[in-house]
Amino acid sequence: MSILVFAEHDNSILKAETLKTVAAAQAIGGDITLLVAGHNCQSVVDAASKVNGVSKVLVADNTAYAHQLAENVSLLVLELASDYEHIIATALTTGKNFMPRVAALLDVTQISDIIAVESSDTFVRPIYAGNAIATVQSLDSKKVITVRATGFDAVATDGNADIVTLDIATDANISAHVSDELTVSERPDLGAAGVVISGGRGMQNGDNFKLLEGIADKLGAAIGASRAAVDAGFVPNDMQVGQTGKIVAPDLYIAVGISGAIQHLAGMKDSKVIVAINKDPEAPIFQVADYGIVADLFDALPELESKL
Amino acid sequence: MKVLVPIKRVIDYNVKVRVKPDNSNVDLANVKMAINPFCEIAVEEAVRLKEAGTVTEVIAVSIGNKSCQEQLRTALALGADRAIQIETDENLDSLNIAKLLQKIVEEEQPQLVILGKQAIDSDNNQTGQMLAALTGMPQGTFASMVKVDGDKVHVTREVDDGLQTIALNLPAIVTTDLRLNEPRYASLPNIMKAKRKPLMVKAAADFGLDLAPRTKLVKVTPPATRQAGIIVETIDELVDKLKNEAKVIS
Repeated sequence: MSILVFAEHDNSILKAETLKTVAAAQAIGGDITLLVAGHNCQSVVDAASKVNGVSKVLVADNTAYAHQLAENVSLLVLELASDYEHIIATALTTGKNFMPRVAALLDVTQISDIIAVESSDTFVRPIYAGNAIATVQSLDSKKVITVRATGFDAVATDGNADIVTLDIATDANISAHVSDELTVSERPDLGAAGVVISGGRGMQNGDNFKLLEGIADKLGAAIGASRAAVDAGFVPNDMQVGQTGKIVAPDLYIAVGISGAIQHLAGMKDSKVIVAINKDPEAPIFQVADYGIVADLFDALPELESKL
Repeated sequence: MKVLVPIKRVIDYNVKVRVKPDNSNVDLANVKMAINPFCEIAVEEAVRLKEAGTVTEVIAVSIGNKSCQEQLRTALALGADRAIQIETDENLDSLNIAKLLQKIVEEEQPQLVILGKQAIDSDNNQTGQMLAALTGMPQGTFASMVKVDGDKVHVTREVDDGLQTIALNLPAIVTTDLRLNEPRYASLPNIMKAKRKPLMVKAAADFGLDLAPRTKLVKVTPPATRQAGIIVETIDELVDKLKNEAKVIS
């Protein structure tokens, strides 16, 4: 069997989640090809060629793919599709955006957000915000799949795959990139961080998120937020952890001033160790926390920072 | 211009779902149902475009058995002008849903189709993108801002690293994210008025489509439960536990 894995990247860095998606492809079993679609993305190609388990890296470096517009990338994957039984991407914003488009163009349905592989056509995925786990068999001849990276362990990066440059430029000419407003942060990616500290409505305002920064610096942590904090405008959308935001599973997750709605738990309850800091002893977050402390976060956070 | 808003009837987001003892599926008997929250945001956006004079008609469509008429009436109460129910008792895969919606797009010729980015039951996040593929339209997914400008629509998207704005040729597909708007509450007079708005019923079987299932649900199980932890009294105790018991910090 042959498997095509779409590399998630920003034209300069191959996202760490791709290493986990390759692990999912290995669990399915077969010859794995990694597709890098972008523009001026040589550093991504170099990184991709070192991913273990990958036999070949296909490179589509063209202005049509500079911003990985779904209309253009889906046509590219469609052109390549006949050589593969499985087409796989990470369930991050790029993959979630273009992959269902690929599936419909191939007249197959998509299996979204898999967390385990049962066999080459049967997969495990969370439904209802992770309150139920479904085992789903695809009846289509070709499988189009997105992978929840937290379900798999990253493969190593000491491989040496062949690099093949594609001479394809599929520009649908119906969409255009206008602008980006990206959050610049020195901290690790939420999806890749070993420690995550998140604030909720209890933080009261955006300025108070500074209280998390000192702790994050000491622990090398990423900073996240609950939907309530994002909706209230405390912090930008890219910090949201939850059912419809980012899914994280770090070694240590510290929830501060977060009550623990099921939609938030869906995004973090697979973390290895969960700490909850909340002044309400009845908050549902304590039911999933390994260590809870009932305290006012404005007292607890400075003390925690000083003792780390 | 017309806007089409496909909506889905789902479990109310406040209800915690339970798995059936025989692991065949989740148990939805006697559970409170509602319009999918993302679909509600889609209806609100379409109605706001109409109120702004950009749009002339808002059409809500839902696929399911008779009970989804409740959610169509909700959409009408929020300001949609008319509704279409595509009647089926089957629980259709996203691709088949998209194929049925494609037929409605062909009949109604909307310039904009606004959908929720995902339904909170199946959590698939597929239908809008699939409909875009089948109709050949461009797509603006996970939208936090939508601005119609002549023959284009500008969509600001919530992406992993922040926000991205793209320009799409009309007709186009938009899927909503949480920050696009805050849906209004339907007023009592509008709920009464909605009862008299037109609601057309079409049978899914009449569209001449092959709607055979593409997936088989093998089983549904409850998630692994976390073991209840402990409450520590002091920050010192917490730091000690994290260092020496959990060994997640040094």
